[in-house]
Amino acid sequence: MRRLVNRHPGAAGAAYLAALPFIVLIAAYLMGSAARLADNPSDKLLPAPSTLAAAIQQVAFTEDVRSGDIILWIDTASSLTRLGMGIAAATAIGLAFGIAIGLIPYVRATLAPFVAVLSMIPPLSVLPILFIVFGLGELAKVVLVAAGITPFLIRDLSVRVAELPGEQLIKAQTLGANTWQMVVRIVLPQVLPRLIGALRLSLGPAWLFLIAAEAIAATEGLGYRIFLMRRYLAMDVILPYVAWITLLAFMLDLALARLSAWLFAWARPA
Amino acid sequence: MSAIAVRGLWKAYGDRSVLERIDLDVASGEFCTLVGASGCGKTTFLRLLLSQERPTRGDILLEDKPLPPEPEPGRGVVFQRYSVFPHLTVLENVILGLELRQSPWFGRLFGAARRKALEEGERWLASVGLTSSRNAYPASLSGGMQQRLAIAQALILHPKVLLLDEPFGALDPGIRADMHVLIRDLWRRTGMTVFMVTHDIREAFALGTRVLAFDRVRHDPHAPDAYGATITYDLPGRGEGAEDGTLIPVHFPWKAARPRSEEARNADHVSSA
Ligand SMILES: Nc1ncnc2c1ncn2[C@@H]1O[C@H](COP(=O)(O)OP(=O)(O)OP(=O)(O)O)[C@@H](O)[C@H]1O
Ligand SMILES: [Mg+2]
Repeated sequence: MRRLVNRHPGAAGAAYLAALPFIVLIAAYLMGSAARLADNPSDKLLPAPSTLAAAIQQVAFTEDVRSGDIILWIDTASSLTRLGMGIAAATAIGLAFGIAIGLIPYVRATLAPFVAVLSMIPPLSVLPILFIVFGLGELAKVVLVAAGITPFLIRDLSVRVAELPGEQLIKAQTLGANTWQMVVRIVLPQVLPRLIGALRLSLGPAWLFLIAAEAIAATEGLGYRIFLMRRYLAMDVILPYVAWITLLAFMLDLALARLSAWLFAWARPA
Repeated sequence: MSAIAVRGLWKAYGDRSVLERIDLDVASGEFCTLVGASGCGKTTFLRLLLSQERPTRGDILLEDKPLPPEPEPGRGVVFQRYSVFPHLTVLENVILGLELRQSPWFGRLFGAARRKALEEGERWLASVGLTSSRNAYPASLSGGMQQRLAIAQALILHPKVLLLDEPFGALDPGIRADMHVLIRDLWRRTGMTVFMVTHDIREAFALGTRVLAFDRVRHDPHAPDAYGATITYDLPGRGEGAEDGTLIPVHFPWKAARPRSEEARNADHVSSA
């Protein structure tokens, strides 16, 4: 009998095993839903598949009678816009400060302790301040997403820059590189793969901050809709929304992973 | 004129002396090999020559002028590892020096300038035998190929001084022999001054025109770190590159084999007592 650590599933077996937890979850849901509805036909906690389908039809494919909008797409577009803007801002700031802190001793001495302290501030605790300062419009929500993940990006990238072998920077100097050339030719290209890795890790927190901000002050957005529907115990809308957000997050993560593999062939082990 | 002159050099890290009382004159075009026990300060000495470290006391002169305070293209370097850039292909690694020199803002060349740099890069790849790997990334090269790449990358800027820190230390013996031939030929062709650290004493004598042995001559049993290493032997090597002397631009003023003078050492003991 071979040891457990030495036994591997085949390709088909692995696919089946990967699907198994999903199947179990869905089956458990269907059984739970059927049982509760048999008890009480007006139960709202675990809606029947037909109820879910009707709700999806309503939010995803039916135009609103007043505005002519389809609310799922409106919500998705505004949430992704906020998320994208927040992540873009965080990326720009994270790269600039991360590289400066990792590479330039004077900047490191000045800013590294400050960033270490900043990153300990729980972002949600400053959300009220953001709403006070930036108003209840889009800006506050974008700022929350950006502020929530920027300190992590700065720290992760600066550590990565500082980890570059010292020999590389010396070698670059013997090839005549000035500080700026070292940034654009040596440091930046080598931290980009790490940036994508850090962004993937930041996606979860970014969604968290986005939904929190939307829950508190928004007129549309995926987070806004979920919290609005909570008042009506509309699980038939909330559950598909959660699944949709999960799918979006998963696709974003996958896209970043693919992008990294495609752009940075050199970082792949030979 | 000496390519490198070292005057009364000391290097200490805090209370810990690493190198002391080093005086050295190296003529242009010499191939100095540096040997000595592990931890005796050979790498530190190269770092000082590279301006990666500053002397605690004493001076280093490069062609009779004080050494520039930072690493610069006049002094090329090849480390044992991490000398090439993993995100650049072989050819990109080689032409990097040309690009940095000609393009201060982007560090990149375009159009005709790039084509010219690529041509020069190809010539260097040919001279280190890497032509067929021009588009590979370093991760897919063997250790010996990476070191050849590092050498070509350093030489494309025609440094007057080349510093090598155990460049072949991680290579197996057959590849090492190839590398010896390569570095010898490049040295003959370019006439540069070479400093090479090695742990292989035969390599040191075969390649070097001059073998410099580092060791500690003063010991304080109560404070093992109080004294640093100095150059205890300064011996002529075979410098096999010199066999065909016609290509070598300078005559080497080889010193006779001699331990460093007894009086000098005694004087130091007295003064430190
Ligand atoms: N930055 C530093 N700070 C403190 N001590 C250092 C530093 N760099 C080197 N040393 C010490 O200086 C001594 C000489 O180190 P060095 O690396 O020059 O030795 P080496 O002769 O190159 O040894 P090896 O043959 O193992 O490479 C060592 O004892 C090392 O611990
Ligand atoms: Mg060493």
